[in-house]
Amino acid sequence: MKNKYFLTLIASVITFVWLSQGIMAAKGIYVPLFTYRTGAYAGSGIPNANGMSDYLNMLNERDGGIGGVPIIVEECETGYNTKKGVECYERIKQKNPVVINPYSTGITLQLIPKSPVDKIPVHSMGYGLSAAADGSVFPWVFNYPSTYWNQASAIIKYIGYQEGGMSNLRGKKIGFIYLESGYGREPIPLFEQLSSELGFKLFKIAVAGKEMQNQSSHWLKVRKEKPDWMIMWGWGAMNPTAIKEATRIKFNMEKFVGVWWSGGEDDARPAGKAAKGYKSANFHGIGTNYPAVQDILKYVVDKGKSQVKDRARVGENFYMRGVFNSVLVAEAIRTAQGKFGNRVISSEEMRWGMENLNLTSARLAEIGLPGFANPIKVSCDDHANNGPIFIQQWNGTSWERVSGWINSMDRVRPMLEKAAADYKAKNSVPDRTIPCS
Amino acid sequence: MLYREAGQFKTTYIRDQELFPVKQDRWGIFVIIGFSFIIVPLIANDYWLQAILIPFLIYSLSALGLNLLTGYAGQLSLGTGGFMAVGAYACYKLVTVFPETNVIILILISGLFSAGIGLIFGIPSLRIKGFYLAVATLAAQFFFEWLFGRVQWFYNYNNSGAIEVPVRNFFDIAVTGPTATTQARYMVVLCIVTVLALVAVNLVRGRIGRAWMAIRDMDIAAELIGIRPFPTKLIAFAISSYYAGVAGALFVFTYLGSAEVEVFDINMSFEILFMVIIGGLGSISGAFLGAAFIVLIPILITNLPLILGIPINSATVEHFNFMILGALIVLFLIFEPHGLAKIWSIVREKLRAWPFPY
Repeated sequence: MKNKYFLTLIASVITFVWLSQGIMAAKGIYVPLFTYRTGAYAGSGIPNANGMSDYLNMLNERDGGIGGVPIIVEECETGYNTKKGVECYERIKQKNPVVINPYSTGITLQLIPKSPVDKIPVHSMGYGLSAAADGSVFPWVFNYPSTYWNQASAIIKYIGYQEGGMSNLRGKKIGFIYLESGYGREPIPLFEQLSSELGFKLFKIAVAGKEMQNQSSHWLKVRKEKPDWMIMWGWGAMNPTAIKEATRIKFNMEKFVGVWWSGGEDDARPAGKAAKGYKSANFHGIGTNYPAVQDILKYVVDKGKSQVKDRARVGENFYMRGVFNSVLVAEAIRTAQGKFGNRVISSEEMRWGMENLNLTSARLAEIGLPGFANPIKVSCDDHANNGPIFIQQWNGTSWERVSGWINSMDRVRPMLEKAAADYKAKNSVPDRTIPCS
Repeated sequence: MLYREAGQFKTTYIRDQELFPVKQDRWGIFVIIGFSFIIVPLIANDYWLQAILIPFLIYSLSALGLNLLTGYAGQLSLGTGGFMAVGAYACYKLVTVFPETNVIILILISGLFSAGIGLIFGIPSLRIKGFYLAVATLAAQFFFEWLFGRVQWFYNYNNSGAIEVPVRNFFDIAVTGPTATTQARYMVVLCIVTVLALVAVNLVRGRIGRAWMAIRDMDIAAELIGIRPFPTKLIAFAISSYYAGVAGALFVFTYLGSAEVEVFDINMSFEILFMVIIGGLGSISGAFLGAAFIVLIPILITNLPLILGIPINSATVEHFNFMILGALIVLFLIFEPHGLAKIWSIVREKLRAWPFPY
């Protein structure tokens, strides 16, 4: 018994000593990935995490990293929980990460004020605080290729086209079902604004995280309200549940549009044939018909170096979202290396690389992803690139693209700037001192 | 030997009524307090302070509050998360409305709001007991989660729906907000927790604490000896909620930095209840031991493979985490239902008798 106590004591002392020292000398570019393969959001989190790490590992296996410098990929399990996010952040902070991918709007909100202090850029790819698009207020936060507000306006635009013109939106009723969290609430200010300007009636249904797998009462309300369209901002287990419930009340699936985070194969598949017609937004391609994805299969998946359990899952929507996230990180590192030399870059140099990222169609083709996404050009003022989106539709077995690129509305950018100015005033954010070059 | 009390004579009543009558206990406490005030800020790095010690202290404070209510006064509550949320949002509103006022004073005042709310939700405790009371306090939990999520006034109409902690100074040193150093935050938390813990130790051995214990042990008997149950229970609710409120304010202001109401969900209430049960009901040190158990074990399990250099992916570790922590909780409750504090007191008794246990 005594020995046991003694051993525990020794173990804790070793832990203390080990953690107190800065751990691990940097031998490569350290890219931590905040992932969640556990918890209620794992259904969406696992393919994302696989895509993110597989692409970076592929670069390591195929090219020996970026610019000859290996990438150190490390996952930190957050479980989509903000408290665990703090623990992850503090742990990885000591190892000089070049960029943080929080993969949760809640964790992003927490890191935004810390980023200028710790000088670590945050890349919330298509999530997080929409207002972070304003680079003059948020020099350390990036949310390219697009923001929630851009997307929300593009979805409304798409609905307008379907109705035969934006003026036809007047008098229409649009339902908005969302996960009750920072993420789900994010587009509400924009929808409210558009609703008063365009004259459609907005009705909101919040789904609390703990009841996201039990939405029958929410959808009863939808049935009673009879909206013309439904828009969903869901994540994790909320998505398949909502789609199932929508089919149960026989809602017209053609008029049910999900956010780009509600467009997983696993979201639509469980509802079976009835889900046919469900739509979701997206900003990148799907499938394995890209040379880069073939390389992932060849160098990572087939060699058993991936956590993907089933080869067929490579190329699915959320997997490709993860790949895209890593492509953007890798390209920003390359941009930074172009200026500072092919070496281990610092987080400040990474920030420069992100701000000067210019991902052209030619470059996309060069890295083996021709036509995968719309070109991205980040600038000092615009950290979101105002990227257009397209709508995809579930055909019962896979996603099909059903629209061209839809640009966001012009009125979004001034609103973003206003929101950024509001954030700046409320939190007394100092003026940007980092030069734009 | 170590714990020999022989020769420690009390010659005055004041000496006899000391908080820690045994010299070794007293010195032990001084050493712990001195260590945490002087040595820890010097040697611990950001990870230790921000990811381990600050949450540990805040959870301890909250568990302490719940222990006063559940452990001492015998009133089961599942509303701790809700009361913490009240403290956090009250503090946020106060800090934004009175930007000039010292933030530490505001943190302490925000506990009063939560105490007031605790009073209201404590009213049913006169009529109902045990599980029924737990359900009534559960209402507080759900109500506040709903309120702070839906009513935009509470989060100042922020687009993000989250409360963001502004930078506030304490005599020119930033103690909250992003520019505050972890040392400064740690010292704020440590000072508040130390003071409130000392208050709690005094409280439970005084008239109020004895009245609580009398009510807990048998309320009819307590009534017969002249303790009025209604005010006594209400005071327990108020004081317990005060602790929870201050803990909630500290949780957002010194630990998270920005929070949505979801962090104060029902799991938070359960976690704190587990801390109280595992630490030991009706014991101040139990609150700290229980918090240490629930906060530190998962962090240890997460870090262990990294330390030992075992290549294992983080999700698997997380699964292990759930299993090991769950198993440990069950084992502890089987082998020592009275919690970690009881284990400590057994060890202490053994040490006092050592080396002649007969």
